[in-house]
Amino acid sequence: MMKPHRRKRLGIILFVAAGLSVAIGLTLFALSQNINMFYSPTAVANGEVEAGTMFRIGGMVKDGSVDQRQDSLAVRFVTTDYVHDVSVDYEGILPDLFREGQGIVAEGRLDAAGVFQASRVLAKHDENYMSPEVRAAMEQAGAGPENHSFRESPED
Amino acid sequence: MIPELGQFSLILAFCLSVLLGTLPLAGAATGNGLWMGLGRPLSAGLFVFLGICLFILGHAFVTDDFSVRVVAAQSNSLLPMQYKMTALWGGHEGSFLLWTFMLSGWILAVSVFSGSMPREFVARVLGVLGLLCASYILFMLATSNPFDRMAPVPPADGADLNTALQDIGFILHPPTLYMGYVGYSVVFAFAVAALLSGRLDAAWARWSRPWANVSWAILTIGIALGSWWAYYELGWGGWWAWDPVENPPLITWLFGAALIHSLAVTEKRRVFKSWTVLLAILAFAGSLLGTFITRSGLLTSVHAFASDPSRGVFILGILGVSVGGALLLYAFRAPLIKSEFGFGSLSREVFLLANNIILVVAAASVFLGTLFPMFYQALTGDLISIGPPYFNLIFVPLMIVLAMLLGIGPMSRWKKTSGKYLRQQLGKLALASLALGVALPLIVLLEISLPATIAVALALWIALAIGRDLLAKTANKPGRWQGLRSLTYGYYGMQGAHFGVAVMLVGVALTSWFSTETSVLLRPGETVALGSYEFRFDGSERIAGPNYQADRAAVLVTRDGEPVADLYPELRVYLASGAPSTEMAIDAGLMRDLFVTPGEIRDNGAWTMTVYVKPFVRWIWLGAIIMSLGATLAAADRRYRKLASRRRESVVGDITDGQGSLQSAPGVSP
Repeated sequence: MMKPHRRKRLGIILFVAAGLSVAIGLTLFALSQNINMFYSPTAVANGEVEAGTMFRIGGMVKDGSVDQRQDSLAVRFVTTDYVHDVSVDYEGILPDLFREGQGIVAEGRLDAAGVFQASRVLAKHDENYMSPEVRAAMEQAGAGPENHSFRESPED
Repeated sequence: MIPELGQFSLILAFCLSVLLGTLPLAGAATGNGLWMGLGRPLSAGLFVFLGICLFILGHAFVTDDFSVRVVAAQSNSLLPMQYKMTALWGGHEGSFLLWTFMLSGWILAVSVFSGSMPREFVARVLGVLGLLCASYILFMLATSNPFDRMAPVPPADGADLNTALQDIGFILHPPTLYMGYVGYSVVFAFAVAALLSGRLDAAWARWSRPWANVSWAILTIGIALGSWWAYYELGWGGWWAWDPVENPPLITWLFGAALIHSLAVTEKRRVFKSWTVLLAILAFAGSLLGTFITRSGLLTSVHAFASDPSRGVFILGILGVSVGGALLLYAFRAPLIKSEFGFGSLSREVFLLANNIILVVAAASVFLGTLFPMFYQALTGDLISIGPPYFNLIFVPLMIVLAMLLGIGPMSRWKKTSGKYLRQQLGKLALASLALGVALPLIVLLEISLPATIAVALALWIALAIGRDLLAKTANKPGRWQGLRSLTYGYYGMQGAHFGVAVMLVGVALTSWFSTETSVLLRPGETVALGSYEFRFDGSERIAGPNYQADRAAVLVTRDGEPVADLYPELRVYLASGAPSTEMAIDAGLMRDLFVTPGEIRDNGAWTMTVYVKPFVRWIWLGAIIMSLGATLAAADRRYRKLASRRRESVVGDITDGQGSLQSAPGVSP
């Protein structure tokens, strides 16, 4: 027969352990459901991503590629790592610092035609910064690195 | 010449902090009273010299001394005066100086308000804080000197403060957040001092409690200010983004909340001692983690300063040495700490334990979600991000359970509570809040909504339980007023903070669930309907600000044909940097915010904009303010001021916390 205070201590330990295992299980499940991979335009062009998978793409906005409809919020532009291009469709308001020739990260899915349908576009927050994702994409493709950070687009 | 005086003053401050970090500790170890006594004057000296540093750097900003590198990088001659002064913390070097100055302020506060504590203990606390301060100043001198000059020729004008920072939120948020953050250094130093002395007793817990409360209260306001600022400045219509830099303050805050509750148990019942010490260390680690993430540039974030690996390594070193050292000390001492487990399964101890588990699990899952992308990249080389759904999935169920327990916990008694008593007191309240939770949203929205029901029912449950507890605690007094007066600040503080939780819960749930938004392209004269509101775009005009030009749109909001608000969102271009900036327009209200974010102007004069209706969003920050006031009130409890006399009585008399006694039953303060 265990002493009462031992039993209590055991009870508390079991209580804590049960709580923790449930929490860890839930956490790992939630994590596994919410991972967004990041791919460069070259990786997308090489067919590393299946159509319909949610992911992030990052690169430069190609000069002269921004096609803004005058009568709606729809916009199409091309993101590039200077080796491969991927077209991006977006409907909404682009962030302040969205410009041609600057780095962006977009979140969304590839459609059957290979066009990236973005649900969110993040752009540079400051001229002097670049996100680690875009920098990595540029480095893989052999373009020059910079520093940087991001700002949410108004369209969340 | 003046900036060099700042540099000189910083070096002097470093020398003082090294002395503060060694002599009092050595004195406490050897029983040398003179060395121990040096703690207080050294603290004052440290504060003065860091104050001089801050003043001199501020002077450089105000007088446009662009030969100082940080001034050239973060300021501009056109910048309005209030932003010139605050541009000081717009970059890494200046903000770290502010951070260190805040620490010296806390050190000074400890040295002033520790008169009733034993001198060995004060010497150890000040010594630990001195070591921390020394490492911060060394970090500045080695990697990020705010007084560096531009060599050889200073620029004619500065590069300007980042336009997103030119805002009242930037004036208020960083200093408040830092002050709350740095407060956890004090709590940490108390814990380490107690571990060093081997005396982890109720007295230690009592000394720590006001500091833990005040730090938490300030941190609460700091986080709320950041959330409020992000809400109206970034213009994305949200108030929390689970951004990697928002999360460490939240982690610290959750540990801090757990610590406040755990300290109560340790003080009143002398149990959970080693757990409490661990929480103090973890809360402090959370605050350093925040610094590390912002200043190392490891994670992508709105807040990231220009990245520099050497800084990251240095801060990681400080984190490793301070937290690692404390944990090592803990590992040696904790097995020697004995707690008595004299309580039943429905006791207040158990409810507070549950509170702690929930808060710590929440903090740990936020930590995991924040740093997981970094671990993942290190292991696989793949870049990933973790989205808000992860955090929501973890957080929402935990907070629902926490809110349910929050109604019962404060009414429970130490050691043992009868289930019958709780049922008697709370059974009807539970049914009433559930019924009202179904009825109220039904009346207002004309539909049954599960999220609204859960939120309203839980908030009412917390609020009604507070009311019932007040009645129960005053029932035996001759008059109600006299009864209310007999309750302590600690009690009112606890109930106030808990009421703040209820208010915030309503805000968070209703805003998250019922906010509506739409992005549109409007020509002058056109309207867009959102819910029961109509937004009409009445054209735009060009205006000139002090250091920017702007196009300002006029948007009239009507409801059933009645005008509700005039909103004037702006698209600005700052003259110095040429950087564009959008200014949202918000009509704030207790029940709803109306919100317009401008996008861009098309050739034909049409504007793109996003309009939002956000019900109850103000309740989030209102709740935070109430929580913070509650924690402050509890810290002002009389018994912390009567420390000197209480200490002599020793602490044993304290645990006779009778069930029927009105004086002691309210005990726990948040």
